[in-house]
Amino acid sequence: MADREAVEQEERTSLAEELGVRIYIMGKEYRVPAGLTIMKAMEYAGYKFIRGAGCRAGFCGACGTVYRKEGEYKLRFAVACQKLVEDGMFLVQLPFAPAPRVSYDLEKLRPTENVLLKLYPELARCVACNTCTKACPQEIPVMDYIQAALRGDIKRVAELSFDCIQCGLCSMRCPADIKHYHVAQLARRLYGRYLAPKAEHLAQRVAEIEAGRFDEELDRLTRMGKEELSKLYEARQIEEGVGV
Amino acid sequence: MRIAYYPGCSLKALAANFDRSARAAMGALGVELVELERWNCCGTVSSLTTDDLMRQLAPVRNLIRAQEAGERRLVTACAMCYNTLKRAALRVEAHPEELAKINAFLDEEPDYRGGVRVLHLLELLRDEVGFEAVAKRVVRPLEGLRVAPYYGCLLLRPRGVGLDDPENPSILEELVRALGAEPVDSPLKGQCCGSYHTVAHKEVVARRAHKILSEAASRGAEALISSCPLCSFNLDNRQRLIRELDGSFAPLPVLYFTELMALAFGLEEALSPEGHYVDPRPFLEERQLLRR
Ligand code: SF4
Ligand code: SF4
Ligand code: FES
Repeated sequence: MADREAVEQEERTSLAEELGVRIYIMGKEYRVPAGLTIMKAMEYAGYKFIRGAGCRAGFCGACGTVYRKEGEYKLRFAVACQKLVEDGMFLVQLPFAPAPRVSYDLEKLRPTENVLLKLYPELARCVACNTCTKACPQEIPVMDYIQAALRGDIKRVAELSFDCIQCGLCSMRCPADIKHYHVAQLARRLYGRYLAPKAEHLAQRVAEIEAGRFDEELDRLTRMGKEELSKLYEARQIEEGVGV
Repeated sequence: MRIAYYPGCSLKALAANFDRSARAAMGALGVELVELERWNCCGTVSSLTTDDLMRQLAPVRNLIRAQEAGERRLVTACAMCYNTLKRAALRVEAHPEELAKINAFLDEEPDYRGGVRVLHLLELLRDEVGFEAVAKRVVRPLEGLRVAPYYGCLLLRPRGVGLDDPENPSILEELVRALGAEPVDSPLKGQCCGSYHTVAHKEVVARRAHKILSEAASRGAEALISSCPLCSFNLDNRQRLIRELDGSFAPLPVLYFTELMALAFGLEEALSPEGHYVDPRPFLEERQLLRR
């Protein structure tokens, strides 16, 4: 049984390789080779990304994609540079989310219970539908961080939203028009500025630098010529006791 | 006794003193309030639109959380959360077709099967702990202290959700007596505090609060107790505006009923100035109910 399944799977794969997979870009059908990411598949089909692409590595959040698969009732969400094309995908890119960020001066804010609610009052409109969570390509419990924001728990918002890449897909789906990722970013800023334990070794190192401990070394390096520098680089120690 | 506990957003933020005193006072009675591991806002204020199923997602999701934890009961201290959660619980049980729709929408959750009972702390005290046991736990009877119970809307209405006689409730009076204090009755104890109008119509709410507080004071009350962070805000914090409107108004401390319990149980640390506009401590010290 398992063998047969494996064989069938293989047949399907080779068929897909031969014929390509069918995808629909803004409603128009294309056949593209299997194994491409959505972004590459769109480029293969002739589209050129002058916006809506950045890192191509799943980090910048510029390439939000909404798609639906044939025969499914649910919308699905992904970042185009990561998700591989599948047969029967109806695709549309969402390169930008019109979700304005409120302007604030972090130094003038304090991490109080109602600071998030004050700057983003629409938080109170959340009906706990969880649609935002379902839209998140990073699998973040988005509703839970919005709920934490609602009760002023800045630390929890910062922790839960840590992997947010600001693609904005959650905010485009929310029936309450909440700007999730901006709220989360503000929470992480407040957390970093006021709540996170200070890194003592960092302060120490900064003090050492300011006291001039590395000045001599730096001067030596800046005076070196290119050849000498690359020699030094090649001979650098990568691990304790191991040269290159 | 351990019981699943839903604190609600207010008790995690501006009414943290309510949460603290509730846990301390119930703990002293041998009741451990076990906070749900995950929960969301109760949903607050019931919508006035007829098509308001969307508004039931939040409370029902919390009921699912209780069901998930294997709990048949969920206790709250906040009157607003109690009202919202209980209303939703009763509603979906009376209307299976609505529940089916909600379950279909919440397709990432297990279906809510009904059967979670929403309780208010006061019901737990009356029906299970018993006011006699409360009286036994008192180490510092609040003798001679005249306290006006304030119910507002959410503990009493609508019928079926309310936990006492909506016209003449007595549960808070019984608690006050059990703590050794003297309840002060007022005809306004079940009147609305003005609720959310406090955001857009501060003065309207201040005038209302003025009436409620003055009525209680004229009957000899020295403090007022409530079970709702919003009522408390309107009755306590709005006293600043009341003073502006009426210079002769004398401040009246407003406490959560759990703070009064903590006081009588000798759990002074549970009574902090935070969360109060009118700091109740100087007055309690004066009455020698709180050590200086
Ligand atoms: S939380 Fe929102 S903005 Fe952040 S990654 Fe998820 S969907 Fe994108
Ligand atoms: S989509 Fe919006 S309303 Fe729904 S749970 Fe998320 S934040 Fe709340
Ligand atoms: S291009 Fe940066 S996440 Fe896709």
